Amino acid sequence: MPDINLPLHQGQSTRAARAAGAALFDRAILSRASLDALRKLNPVSLIRNPVIFTTELVSALVTALAIQAALTGKPWEFAAAIAVWLWLTVLFATFAEAVAEGRGRARAASLRRSRTETQAKLLVRHDDRSLWRHRAAAALQVNDVVLVEAGDIIPSDGEIIEGIASVNEAAVTGESAPVIRESGGDRSAVTGGTLVVSDWLVVRITAAPGSTFLDRMIALVEGASRQKTPNEIALDLLLAGMTIIFLIAVASLVGIAAWNGQPPSVTVLAALLITLIPTTIGGLLSAIGIAGMDRLVRFNVLATSGRAVEAAGDVDVLLLDKTGTITLGNRQAAAFIPAPGVAEQELAEAAVLSSLADQTPEGRSILAFARERHGFAVPALTASAREIAFTAQTRISGLDLGGASYRKGAVESLVKAVQAELPPALGQAIERIARQGGTPLAVSKDGRLLGAIELKDIVKPGIRERFAALRRMDIRTVMVTGDNCLTAAAIAAEAGVDDFIAEATPEDKLRYIRAAQAEGRLVAMCGDGTNDAPALAQADVGVAMQTGTQAAREAGNMVDLDSDPTKLIEVVEIGKQMLITRGALTTFSIANDVAKYFAILPAIFVVSYPELQALNVMRLTSPESAILSAVIFNALIIVALVPLALRGVRFTPVGAAALLRRNLLIYGLGGIVAPFLGIKLIDLLLNLLGMY
Amino acid sequence: MTLIGWAQIALVLICIVAAAVPLGRFIAQVAAGERTILHPLLGPVERAIYAVAGVDPARGQGWKAYTFSMLTFSAAGFASLYAILRLQDVLPFNPQGFGGMAPYLAFNTAISFVTNTNWQAYSGEAAASYFSQMAGLTVHNFLSAATGIALALALTRAFVGGGLQELGNFWADLTRVTLYVLLPLSVVVGLAFVALGMPQTLSAYADAATLEGGSQTIALGPVAFQIAIKHLGTNGGGFFGVNSLHPFEGPGALATALQIWCQALIPFALCLTFGHVVGNRRQGWVLLSVMLGFVVAATAAIYAAEAAGNPLHLAAGVDAALGNMEGKDIRFGQALVALFTATTTGASCGAVNAMFSSFTPLGGMVPLFLIQLGEVLPGGVGSGLYGMLVFALLAVFIAGLMVGRTPEFLGKKIQAREIKLAMLAVLVLPAAILGFTAVAMVLPAALASIANQGPHGLSEMLYAYTSAAGNNGSAFGGLTADTPWLDTTLGLAMLLGRFAYVVPVMAIAGSLAAKLKVPDSAGTFPTHTPLFAGLLAGVILILGGLQFLPSLALGPLAEHFSMLAGKTF
Repeated sequence: MPDINLPLHQGQSTRAARAAGAALFDRAILSRASLDALRKLNPVSLIRNPVIFTTELVSALVTALAIQAALTGKPWEFAAAIAVWLWLTVLFATFAEAVAEGRGRARAASLRRSRTETQAKLLVRHDDRSLWRHRAAAALQVNDVVLVEAGDIIPSDGEIIEGIASVNEAAVTGESAPVIRESGGDRSAVTGGTLVVSDWLVVRITAAPGSTFLDRMIALVEGASRQKTPNEIALDLLLAGMTIIFLIAVASLVGIAAWNGQPPSVTVLAALLITLIPTTIGGLLSAIGIAGMDRLVRFNVLATSGRAVEAAGDVDVLLLDKTGTITLGNRQAAAFIPAPGVAEQELAEAAVLSSLADQTPEGRSILAFARERHGFAVPALTASAREIAFTAQTRISGLDLGGASYRKGAVESLVKAVQAELPPALGQAIERIARQGGTPLAVSKDGRLLGAIELKDIVKPGIRERFAALRRMDIRTVMVTGDNCLTAAAIAAEAGVDDFIAEATPEDKLRYIRAAQAEGRLVAMCGDGTNDAPALAQADVGVAMQTGTQAAREAGNMVDLDSDPTKLIEVVEIGKQMLITRGALTTFSIANDVAKYFAILPAIFVVSYPELQALNVMRLTSPESAILSAVIFNALIIVALVPLALRGVRFTPVGAAALLRRNLLIYGLGGIVAPFLGIKLIDLLLNLLGMY
Repeated sequence: MTLIGWAQIALVLICIVAAAVPLGRFIAQVAAGERTILHPLLGPVERAIYAVAGVDPARGQGWKAYTFSMLTFSAAGFASLYAILRLQDVLPFNPQGFGGMAPYLAFNTAISFVTNTNWQAYSGEAAASYFSQMAGLTVHNFLSAATGIALALALTRAFVGGGLQELGNFWADLTRVTLYVLLPLSVVVGLAFVALGMPQTLSAYADAATLEGGSQTIALGPVAFQIAIKHLGTNGGGFFGVNSLHPFEGPGALATALQIWCQALIPFALCLTFGHVVGNRRQGWVLLSVMLGFVVAATAAIYAAEAAGNPLHLAAGVDAALGNMEGKDIRFGQALVALFTATTTGASCGAVNAMFSSFTPLGGMVPLFLIQLGEVLPGGVGSGLYGMLVFALLAVFIAGLMVGRTPEFLGKKIQAREIKLAMLAVLVLPAAILGFTAVAMVLPAALASIANQGPHGLSEMLYAYTSAAGNNGSAFGGLTADTPWLDTTLGLAMLLGRFAYVVPVMAIAGSLAAKLKVPDSAGTFPTHTPLFAGLLAGVILILGGLQFLPSLALGPLAEHFSMLAGKTF
């Protein structure tokens, strides 16, 4: 069995995130995205994005006006310049989306390679491995039974019904160390595209053609099956509403300005409209969503929908399995408890010597603990030393050295073997260890009991700090364990979780989730076993482990390819980051309008009322340069914010109030100030270039 | 501006807030159907009304039933008021023998009073009989105000718990608010107005011989009690044509201060009611302080602009001491006029004690902009609160995403449905104000009503539609309002401003009520903090105000900068 208890993933993750940032603008992705951006101008697909669709319509209108002016010999240069920049606005928006999609596409391409045409060995009879015929993997139906032998690629997703084999799942997980797959139990699922390295398997196919895990993964990372998330839909409605409001405001100017006898030209009104409607967030909205999914993929987590990622940001309760998530899973030496009249040093020495022949993880942990705590190095043994190896029958290990005999083992077995009296004080200590869920071992020297070793579950280093961070986000952590209440309470206190479910059955988990949901809370959990499936399906965010069963993988709405349960915490952060990025850019986009008014309004009306020049607080050179500068700023800001949209706004767990204050300051206040500077700068440049 | 002027403003505002505290709690009790100090007296009346009307006050209504009741009630009110105005020549209490109101004017007036707008295209003393004033207009001063408060209470209840299907009973809310809140306050305030010199009589107009030997007809009537509810219910429809500038409707500075107190009292108190009902008093105070902040800022802006005076006058050697006094009464002074103007337009009251058309351009722009911001500062009775809550939902949504959670307001998730409905509601004002104004500014039939050239002419028309759509009812002045075109379109603007706004709001209430109430946590967007107050103010300015800037630039702002350049039109 491979060790599934991977270490904490934190360092690795931040490295991965940094790598993702560095690869933000891959040249291949950019050139491909430029082409895609043009393709995305198709109004049929663009209508999904009301703000940018409006921009495209207006761009077409202004273009037509510029052409008409040119044909009739009227001045057309200004209208043409506005038209160009309006088109660029649309193009920058589609480009942002294309770049976001492009980053997922590289991953999809590598996935596709493992889906190459394989020939499956379709068994004629399930119980006869000798009789099979070839069938194309793509033609396999659900419930077909196939044989996969060493060197074969598993043709499709399935459940092992017979056999045990080591499988290289690098095609899916990127991790090349083979894992064991066997029939029955929680490790019976195999994924199409992975490679059997040794032995053989009989697999019953569980996926219909075209809907295998790999197929779904490809569709997901390419963004092909992307649907808008609930918050994205709500935001779209807000942006559409604002677009209509500003459409009314601008269109009504035709009538209202007629009173002064100088209605502004359509080109100028078009420029005003496009700068006022929220093109910045409208152009970046889908890129933010795609990038959020992509960030998850880079963490080796696959979400079946953006909805699940968004829900992760909303989670208030995290259900975490104790073993493997909160604790390391192996029992390890945690204390030496000497019997009355014995020095701890003496006990430690005896414990080390008696454990030299114990190759179990527990035995090795005793050596490590003694080295750490008492500075004992493993002594070199003379030839006269006789090792007594640990066996499951005797449950004792030991060493005879220079006439002394050291023994260590399960309390009951050792007491019987050395026929010693258990001192009452030691007996009580042993009882306490057992009560708290630890495992007591006894140590003897020459038939005298020296004391006990306490073995216990070790809480993963650093986990306490992570729970504290979660608490600052006000996410409750709940530990789920099969241990009894006392043990659970002890570990819960040590790890710093908020609550625990002891002696938990799958039904208990389900009940807990339902109760929390009834209170209006969102619950996330991870699981791998088939009996986790109902709870995974019930949870708002269910992360299934890639090593888990097919049932669990189907039930969850995310799959963690690294099978690292602590990653749930990162998933939550990515979900939050996605929401924050949307909110920040929306706020920024709306706040920008103030400066644009100050640029365009005096420019439009200065013909009717020259005194309105007083509103030109930026002192822009001329009405034309003012309007053009605002339009150019409006287009360029989309490109400028693409990296932020793809990387996401940083999330720090400092509590909502502090986070809000910081982001309002940066994106609200910044959104008001930035365009004043930007528009002025562009105006100066235009002036410098001698254009106006 | 003078220190004594600011002291007056501060004193009145303090009195308003001080009274809003107990009144807010009292309205919360009334809304819950709890027994109050007034029950021994009015309880039997309430029960009698239910018995006669066949209403079971305990039977809750969903948002659709509640809204339908409200719409039916308003439609019936419109029909009966229209009939009274048309038939006032054959109805009693008509000592001056006024004829029936003309159809367009009656249509406009009936809508105006049913929607709590009280736009008046007529002069009360020259066109409305005592019966029309009392049984028609005053009755609707009560009922339209009570309707607004009832709607606000329904929306408030949506935040109380999770999975609610019912928002209360419209008929019970209407009865209780009228009986326990509006009537007692009106009686007390009405008596105070009588004491301060307002007439309350059914006798015919008095004929007096003037000192010069001429004769003068002095209009009288049951003024005092109608004026009490005119301000308390943020109605604003004057008994007389010139509203509170008339000596019998605004007999002095003290009466003016009391009128200001009345017109801002209930809108402010309802914020605190909201806090009580939803069990989060600080939330109520946050809403109130945003409203108060805008009122103070607007008052300061008007006061500064008017006290500084008109630079053209000053250049011509006019004494600068009093500031711009055109269209103002020396009895009130600049400070009280500024506060009165800010509260009457901020609170959707629409009573006036000065002529806005005569204000300096910036001074006149403030009331215009206050109405355009959505009549939420503090807004009409009830309508101010529900309008403010719509902005609060939008503020929570826009900035709330920035804390990394689906935005929640008081434990209710703000999702696509709420945003769609809130945007529908927010769309109503710009569509009605800018849409009608744009058409009117190119239509000869409408342009004929404008009295002035240049930007001021635009301001007159813009103000009329703003006032109508915002259900404010105040007039800028200068515009000839009683024409078939304006009567009809202003009537439509009033209808849209009230009902096209409130139906989506009630749908929001229904949707929010049905949602689970998510428990508060440290990860939740805090909405009871000064930071949120600032954010809310910003959202009101940007979502409520930006779309009107172009028209303001062509109207008051163009006039202002032209004036500074010495140009007149």
